[in-house]
Amino acid sequence: MEPTVEVQGLVKRYGSLAAVDGIDLKLRAGEVFAFLGPNGAGKTTTVEVLEGIRPRSAGKVRVLGHDPWTERAKLQRRVGVIPQDFSFFDKITPTEAIQFYARLFDKRPDPGALLRQVELEEKADDQFEKLSGGQKQKLGLALALVNDPEVLFLDEPTTGLDPQARRTVWTVIRSLRKGGRTIFLTTHYLEEAQSLADRVAIIDHGKIIAHGTPGEIIERFGRPQRLVIEGPTSLAKSLEGWWRRPVALVNGRTEVEVQAKEEILEVLQWVSASGLPWSGVGTTRDTLEDVFVRLVGRMDEGGSRASESGTDAKGGGRT
Amino acid sequence: MRPSRVAAYLLVFARTYLRSRVGLFFSLIFPIILILLFGSIFSNTGSSSSPVYVQNLDGTSVASQMFLTSLNATGAVSVHMVSSSVGNLSTWLVSKGYTAGIVLPAGFQTAFAAHRPVKVIVYTDPAQPSTAGIVQGAVGYAVTSMNYAQSGQAPVVGTVELNVGSTTYQYIDYLVPGLIGFSILTSPMFSMTNIAAQYKKQKLFRQLSLTPLTRGEWLAASVLWYLVLVFASTVVMLAVGRGLFGATATPTLLTIPFLIFGPMLFVSLGLLLGTFSKTPESAAVVGNLVTFPMMFLSGTFFPVSLFPDYLQAVAHVLPLYYVIDGLNNTMVFQNTTGALTDLLVVVALAVLLFLAAIRAFRWQEE
Ligand SMILES: Nc1ncnc2c1ncn2[C@@H]1O[C@H](COP(=O)(O)OP(=O)(O)OP(=O)(O)O)[C@@H](O)[C@H]1O
Ligand SMILES: [Mg+2]
Repeated sequence: MEPTVEVQGLVKRYGSLAAVDGIDLKLRAGEVFAFLGPNGAGKTTTVEVLEGIRPRSAGKVRVLGHDPWTERAKLQRRVGVIPQDFSFFDKITPTEAIQFYARLFDKRPDPGALLRQVELEEKADDQFEKLSGGQKQKLGLALALVNDPEVLFLDEPTTGLDPQARRTVWTVIRSLRKGGRTIFLTTHYLEEAQSLADRVAIIDHGKIIAHGTPGEIIERFGRPQRLVIEGPTSLAKSLEGWWRRPVALVNGRTEVEVQAKEEILEVLQWVSASGLPWSGVGTTRDTLEDVFVRLVGRMDEGGSRASESGTDAKGGGRT
Repeated sequence: MRPSRVAAYLLVFARTYLRSRVGLFFSLIFPIILILLFGSIFSNTGSSSSPVYVQNLDGTSVASQMFLTSLNATGAVSVHMVSSSVGNLSTWLVSKGYTAGIVLPAGFQTAFAAHRPVKVIVYTDPAQPSTAGIVQGAVGYAVTSMNYAQSGQAPVVGTVELNVGSTTYQYIDYLVPGLIGFSILTSPMFSMTNIAAQYKKQKLFRQLSLTPLTRGEWLAASVLWYLVLVFASTVVMLAVGRGLFGATATPTLLTIPFLIFGPMLFVSLGLLLGTFSKTPESAAVVGNLVTFPMMFLSGTFFPVSLFPDYLQAVAHVLPLYYVIDGLNNTMVFQNTTGALTDLLVVVALAVLLFLAAIRAFRWQEE
């Protein structure tokens, strides 16, 4: 099947700055794709090129088989967008905004139902300038849904939302996904990407430094599983001297890197035999956030590109 | 261009306008204040000096010089000579907005020398009774002194007193079209320069570009809204001008195209100016720089014919001049030919600027 969004060698320059520096992407129909990256990495620039509101400097871009810049008119009806800093006419209410979009798109949505879906119904008749930041954002989402789009580009749809509102947006995104829509999402919330996205890509300085399912990325770039033991500092010290793999003291707890289940038993037996005091025990894995911080941090230190150095799929032995 | 999309944006624009009040004040209330103000200051004073325009069709004959000398000697009027090439003096006076004139007929000298009766034609404006009285008195003095010069003979020089044109015009008659022109100019110019820059800053153009609304539809809807405002303002101006100040301005069918293409012209011009400004602040400055001189020099508050010649020349390159001149021609002078010429200029400029505006302004980013 043809990919819903296809990007090959996309470059976007602002003067001498390559904001997007040769990226490749493929979105499959019906998936949620999360685009991650630090501030200024090039996420919005990429999304805007895909939406057809920004020309590109080089590369091939196809959305639903069309070039978004030259064939924008063909895509408008099939694509929904929330821009990063969504804003609207100050004096217009959410209900009127939806009616306006409905007339432009020749659709007959029920404004009440749409506003209920994004939990904005109490503000249905308040002017846009009187809405809070989060409420404005919700209107943006409601407007993106008016034309019943096949593909949605959501640029930081949950930034600035309270936890409850964020969950509302997640619910909307999940139901869209169930309805077979393709969703391109940017976010700074790694747990959001981890829980919503089928696949993610991490961009930094205009280049994609990692991509795959959240699980794959953690596997590939994360540290191995660790055994966490609560005990005194002396415990960490003695373990460090004995154990063949890295041992670290994190927030007063001893984290011991292990590779196999048998190693967990080995460590615990040693601790028990040592006679040192210890209270609790558990295991931990890197989250997408841990991986993100490490990958982006390494880029910033000017170190080798993570995607090049991280060749081992099991990620053994790296610290 | 889809009418339903034009209507959809028109509704949004109208709501924005009506809910913000400031715009409404400037487009409807402010012109009313102006007409009340200027109307009451100037309507009954007439002109204090009494210029009189003399067309001498008898060359430099002795008799005509005698007459003029006597006329000057009264000190009550200031004599301005008018070339015979302007044609009918009455029409010329009307076109200039002057209220008094004298024609010395060809053969004045011959008739005078042969003691044949001859008549000097005096045009005055009954709406300016004081001026008319002064001019008639001065002419009477000049005529009498000529007749005395031929002592013993029966008086031969008489006067024919006519009104200027067939109708008379007062200041308020010019003020009504002038202030309609003011509405046509100011509200589109001020708000479109602002909108062009503000929408860009607030990324509203980007938002609209994500919908099927086209730039042409967007601009057409904006023009339509100002059309509505200008029609409303015209009705109010006519009502106040006629009701309170006895203005005679009467709209004709030919008035309507000016009320359509006028707003189209200035909406487009405003958008163009705003498009080339980087910020809302600089857009406002540019808007004012263009709007204010045009407002004062195009005959909004005073007829252009009262201006010195060099300012009249400036007025002729300002688009608003043709709108106001056209409105005067259709509503006041019933001068269809003049109005059609003005309309041609206005339509050409409006269409040109509309197309230029659509081409020049972008709503995508770079
Ligand atoms: N209009 C512009 N002109 C010049 N440079 C720009 C422009 N827009 C963005 N940039 C630059 O391009 C780079 C990428 O910006 P972009 O907005 O794509 O980042 P982002 O990943 O969306 O960041 P954020 O997470 O902060 O939203 C930045 O360095 C930014 O300064
Ligand atoms: Mg961004």
